[in-house]
Amino acid sequence: MAKSGRKGYETAVLVPLDWVEERSGLVGYTKWFLFRKVPHDISWAQTLGAASLTAFIVQLITGVFLAMYYRPDPATAYASIQNITTEVTLGWLVRGMHKWGASVFIILMFLHMARVFLFGAYKYPRELNWIIGALILVLGMLEGFTGYLLPWDNTAYWATVVGINLNATAPFLGPFLAQFLQGGLNINPDTLPKFYALHMLLVPGGIMALIGLHLYLVVRLGVTSPTWSHTAAGRERPETAGPREGLIREPVAEGGES
Amino acid sequence: MTDDERETQHLPAPSLWPIGFALGVACILVGLVISVPALIVGAIIALVFGFLWVRDLFVQHPVTSATDMAAAPATAPAVTEADLGSNVDRATFLSLATIGVGGLIGAAATLPPLGFAVLPSFMGEGVKTHDVDLGPISNFPENEYVIATYLENPDAGEVSRRTAFIRNNGRTEDGIPSFTAIYSRCVHLGCPVQPNGPIDEQAKKEVNGIELRPVLAASFGCPCHGGLYDSEGNRSAGPPVRSLDRFEFSIKDGNLILGRVFSVGNVDGTGAKARITKYYKAYPGVHVDGVEKWLYPIPTPGSTG
Repeated sequence: MAKSGRKGYETAVLVPLDWVEERSGLVGYTKWFLFRKVPHDISWAQTLGAASLTAFIVQLITGVFLAMYYRPDPATAYASIQNITTEVTLGWLVRGMHKWGASVFIILMFLHMARVFLFGAYKYPRELNWIIGALILVLGMLEGFTGYLLPWDNTAYWATVVGINLNATAPFLGPFLAQFLQGGLNINPDTLPKFYALHMLLVPGGIMALIGLHLYLVVRLGVTSPTWSHTAAGRERPETAGPREGLIREPVAEGGES
Repeated sequence: MTDDERETQHLPAPSLWPIGFALGVACILVGLVISVPALIVGAIIALVFGFLWVRDLFVQHPVTSATDMAAAPATAPAVTEADLGSNVDRATFLSLATIGVGGLIGAAATLPPLGFAVLPSFMGEGVKTHDVDLGPISNFPENEYVIATYLENPDAGEVSRRTAFIRNNGRTEDGIPSFTAIYSRCVHLGCPVQPNGPIDEQAKKEVNGIELRPVLAASFGCPCHGGLYDSEGNRSAGPPVRSLDRFEFSIKDGNLILGRVFSVGNVDGTGAKARITKYYKAYPGVHVDGVEKWLYPIPTPGSTG
């Protein structure tokens, strides 16, 4: 009985997987992506990156559904936000998730960054991933800046005025950057849809692309063990990696470094 | 890239020199057996062809595989070269053509959207800079500020609401009417500056949709970051980097007309005797005078016009 159950499981799960694998190789890639060796002494600190990713996905999903009710037009934007908050079923919840999730996303990115910095995980060969992460942070802040205008109330308006004029104070090209952001000599009715398009299309697209690169490098290079670790970190060094050492951190000798 | 391809790329290009060298060596061997002149001729052939062969190897070997491929046709029989009438082989030509045509298509697809994304902000579109009629001069008592708020572009709605602080200074020594017309935008980061003093709400007037409210303004303050200006708009405290911007004005049929905004470096004197250093309209936080003005050498389009 147990044997036939086992066989049924194999038929139900493995055969379709084999079918997909034979035609796409995707099962192998998924395993390569998910089933990785990590140092035995990693802790919750190493989950901050995944937490940031989760926060970003929450922003994506809630943002998509908010976009179905929001109107990026100066005459109706504020009313549409009020409609979402007070009229649409569960609108208050989804908007709240998006609003507070924005702060959570930024905070988690900073905590993740602190972990990477304090553990020295930005060092060779992971410098490129630090740079990509810094770009994601910049784009994340840009999401915050462009999203803040969308409710189109006085707080949003004047915060954006100040933000744009802050950009204008940058030497040489600052005034041009400010003029590009507000789409003219003053903030005007086109500024709101412009910020909306940046907020929901251009910047999230950039973040998604960079997250893809970021994760690829994490999987390729492996997770760094803590600096006090006695076990090596990272994947086996590929034979094609050349003569340079360092992909794997050598275990700290018993008694620590002198 | 497979290992096989890597191997072949390190092979020297086809060459005739080794054959000549082999002939020379054969001639030497024959000459050793039968005649001295044949030996000498063979030695010369072997030396010359050997030298050329070795030179070829030294020229070709140190270069990378990419240039190797380009160098190879120079010695190989060049059928395709002759067809094309140049020293570019077929594969290189096709690669370059693909990159070139692809680049053209890519440029045709991306340049218009890119221009559309960037240029409208700098063409002065969507900004109506028509003059604003504030009504008869009699609405402005002498030596007293009046808060005037109006819509710069009524089609755009409340976004285009602007505020000016207007003071009638009487007449200058030359007998010309003098007004101080200050723009409420703080020159720190653009928040709305407020007059510090009681507003006379009872004397509020509406002229052509423009709201006029007299105020006893001894100074102007910004609620955002604490910038403070005196009654002439000069900075007296806080982060602002210049004096408050002003409006050009004119008087038409007894009505006060507000014109363009200009930036002010500093105001010497007060009221009708004030001397104003005038600059093109700059963004808040941008220095118009002093050493720091060199940080902002290029005025943005639309600010000077």
